[in-house]
Amino acid sequence: MDGGIPRPDWLDIGRLEDIPRQGARVVVTRRGDVAVFRTLDDAVFALEDRCPHKGGPLSQGIVHGTAVTCPLHNWVIDLATGEAVAPDRGCAGRIGVKLEEGRLLLRPDPESEP
Amino acid sequence: MNALSPARRLVVIGNGMAGMRTVEEVLKRAPGFWDITVFGAEPHVNYDRILLSSVLAGEKDLDAIVIHPREWYESNRIRLFAGDPVVAIDRAARTVTSRSGRAEAYDALLLATGSRPIVPAIPGLELTGSCAFRDIGDVETMIAASRHYGRAVVIGGGLLGLEAANGLAKRGMSVAVVHLMDTLMERQLDAEAGKLLQRELDERGISFFMTGQTEAILGADRVEGVRLADGREVPGDLVVFAIGIRPNADLARLAGLDLNRGILVGDDMRTSDPRIFAVGECVEHRGKTYGLVAPLWEMAKVCADHLVGDADTVSDYNGTVLATRLKVTGIDLFSAGDFQGDETTDEVLFRDPARNIYKKLVLRDDRLIGAVLFGDVRDGGWYFQLLREARPLAALRDTVIFGQAFAGAAADPDAVVRAMPETAEICGCNGVCKGQILAAIAANGLATLEGVRAHTKASSSCGSCTPLVEQLLTLALGGAYGKSAGEEPMCGCTGLGHDAVRREILAQRLQTIPEVLRALGWATGDGCHSCRPALNYYLLCAWPGTYRDDAQSRFVNERMHANIQKDGTYSVIPRMWGGQTSAAELRAIADVVDRYQIPSVKITGGQRIDLLGVRKEQLPAVWRDLNAAGMVSGHAYGKALRTVKTCVGSEWCRFGTQDSTAMGIALERMTWGSWHPHKVKLAVSGCPRNCAEATIKDFGVVAVESGWELHVGGNGGIKVRATDFLCKVATDAEVLEYCAAFLQLYREEARYLERTAPWLERVGLDHVRQRVVEDAASRQALQQRFLYAQRFTQDDPWAERAAAPPAVYRPLAIVE
Repeated sequence: MDGGIPRPDWLDIGRLEDIPRQGARVVVTRRGDVAVFRTLDDAVFALEDRCPHKGGPLSQGIVHGTAVTCPLHNWVIDLATGEAVAPDRGCAGRIGVKLEEGRLLLRPDPESEP
Repeated sequence: MNALSPARRLVVIGNGMAGMRTVEEVLKRAPGFWDITVFGAEPHVNYDRILLSSVLAGEKDLDAIVIHPREWYESNRIRLFAGDPVVAIDRAARTVTSRSGRAEAYDALLLATGSRPIVPAIPGLELTGSCAFRDIGDVETMIAASRHYGRAVVIGGGLLGLEAANGLAKRGMSVAVVHLMDTLMERQLDAEAGKLLQRELDERGISFFMTGQTEAILGADRVEGVRLADGREVPGDLVVFAIGIRPNADLARLAGLDLNRGILVGDDMRTSDPRIFAVGECVEHRGKTYGLVAPLWEMAKVCADHLVGDADTVSDYNGTVLATRLKVTGIDLFSAGDFQGDETTDEVLFRDPARNIYKKLVLRDDRLIGAVLFGDVRDGGWYFQLLREARPLAALRDTVIFGQAFAGAAADPDAVVRAMPETAEICGCNGVCKGQILAAIAANGLATLEGVRAHTKASSSCGSCTPLVEQLLTLALGGAYGKSAGEEPMCGCTGLGHDAVRREILAQRLQTIPEVLRALGWATGDGCHSCRPALNYYLLCAWPGTYRDDAQSRFVNERMHANIQKDGTYSVIPRMWGGQTSAAELRAIADVVDRYQIPSVKITGGQRIDLLGVRKEQLPAVWRDLNAAGMVSGHAYGKALRTVKTCVGSEWCRFGTQDSTAMGIALERMTWGSWHPHKVKLAVSGCPRNCAEATIKDFGVVAVESGWELHVGGNGGIKVRATDFLCKVATDAEVLEYCAAFLQLYREEARYLERTAPWLERVGLDHVRQRVVEDAASRQALQQRFLYAQRFTQDDPWAERAAAPPAVYRPLAIVE
């Protein structure tokens, strides 16, 4: 990043089972917390853990379908895009995450999403 | 058995509604009789094509419209080749060949190839951005376009075109409809109803180009609009063709079967080759082709009869009388039979232009032969019944236009359904008769329309029989049904209200959230943030002791057992029984504040101490230390019993008449840990000066010289409401008994997120008095249920989590 040892593209952050279905866990990074979500059918998504509305921790919201509802004021955020669902407007930054052989791999820089 | 025995290979070409309904009817009559193979052109299982409009309008998911999931095919040993259409039939060799080259021999062949959308031969069809409205692929094209583009042109102002226009408009596009005629839906509506419909859609922002013949699609790579023959141009980034369908008879033509517009079939659904049957939109029967669902079901039954039946019991198909409803939410429109009329018919009309209501009945020889209803379609099912029965109206004619409730049946609106024989068909779409519906209601304890739909399919397609099904529910359940009629749906995931869902949970003994969603036909796969917490509570209340709480359906505060604050930290409030504390507790709290550098400490309105600004990962340790000093969770974060506020009472106060603090502690010991539809606060005052403010609490107790006054339904929040006086009791034990009974009644009857105050106003104080005061048996039963449920909830959630902190309090990973 800043001239030192090049960082690996994807960081191993744990197993799929470490996150409850319809739930989320937080990954602490230098750029702030990242919320990693697991849906009912085991799809995984990652977003900055800040609601575009008032910064609420999205990781603590109720996960339904491929959306999460922010615990502070019930904004609904689309996990795939990070966009707030109409009529609300705003976007939580997307982070690259993927599942390989049961391991969760994260690309923590928002710019480097796949 | 008939001539087709003993060989039994049935090949079905077409995996849609008509083909699979026929297979279903065959299986119903003789499971295992045929060895069944199905070829479908679409790469999907059989889904409800009618409901594509609801998917387009965003009211249902694709998952919710699947009729037969893969397991159905597997469990009935049906071999399905989806996405592999048949391309040739060899009638001499009795084989079919699919596009991928698969050859299958048949003893009987069923053609259910459906229809194709009509697309005019005009320039511009090669441009991207045009589609029909026929299958899942088309709907996906439209939804994708609505995300990126703003304007749509729908060609065709019939049923399908208007449903497409409405769906696209609901997805935020500005929509123009081009229609060849000067009236919308002219095949289903007369001119007057058509104009009313146009006005209504116009008000929703859909614009119309009437008597417009589309001449060309404009654009370079992507469509940019259409040009009409009279020179008008309509701009658009998406062009949808919905001008009609024609039977898909290509295969039959190649195979040399007799055809006209469609594949010609007799009353036995056989084509000109006796081994080949055909059903659905691909057929032509007595000169008619059909594009609605009801005829498909009738054909399926007849066809199945002939595929498995004895020669003397089989039925014949005699054509179908049609009824239509527009699936545009908020627009009520119904038509059936011959609604245009001619010189041999009479018309009975009703107009109320100010309320946008129009009704027309067409009569011939004193019999109803057609109806058009706009704005008020309640009597659609009744008119349709009269029309199919075709009996003389006689005296009914005087009042028939005012509907069933008025027409002689006024004294007993259910007389008509009661008089129907058990075999009377209620749902024409799905072929369900009165007896089947009543049996399903009785066998499964059904109490709602959704329940009947889930178990019988009645009323689940076009919906025109909904009033009849509701009358059957009334007939079966008496006053118990209809109580919740008009109750708002819980959320966008369901049409059911809270009360109906609770009744179904009990009646069908539903035990988990996924079971509820499945049994009650939820439109979404796993609900939403609004219905899931409600369902979790309803199940917890219905099945104490056995229901496993679903943490993922709890609001964060109840999941974490702490109160989330605006900066994402939490507040921690230990329980202080009756508002009483001690030096040891205060010292322990002070130590916790120092040890974890908790930024703020505050006394709450409910006589507790609030530690604010605790970070999530600190919570288990904070709880452990508070537990060590004997303190437990105050549940200040839950839809639960919060606090019992007290004054000092007779122990110290010179006015005190009873020991209010001791009473408060006893009440809190009994009620702590209980979950409720919303938060619940109690208070006990030691004299009528009421220092504990008991008359703005959910359950307030005020001591008087001779005993205790009990007050209910108060609220000091957004809308201040003083309590209603419930009754006076003499002993401490009675206070506890009445309190438990009142809280249990609230737990069982209130809707999620309804405080006691609005609940009490909704059900009335008399109802509560009756159940809690006057009827001692009812009170004691309520109390017993409350105490039973409490056996499972009075474990300190903090102690559990402090002993073994779940991973959720820690980060999944920390990366540099």
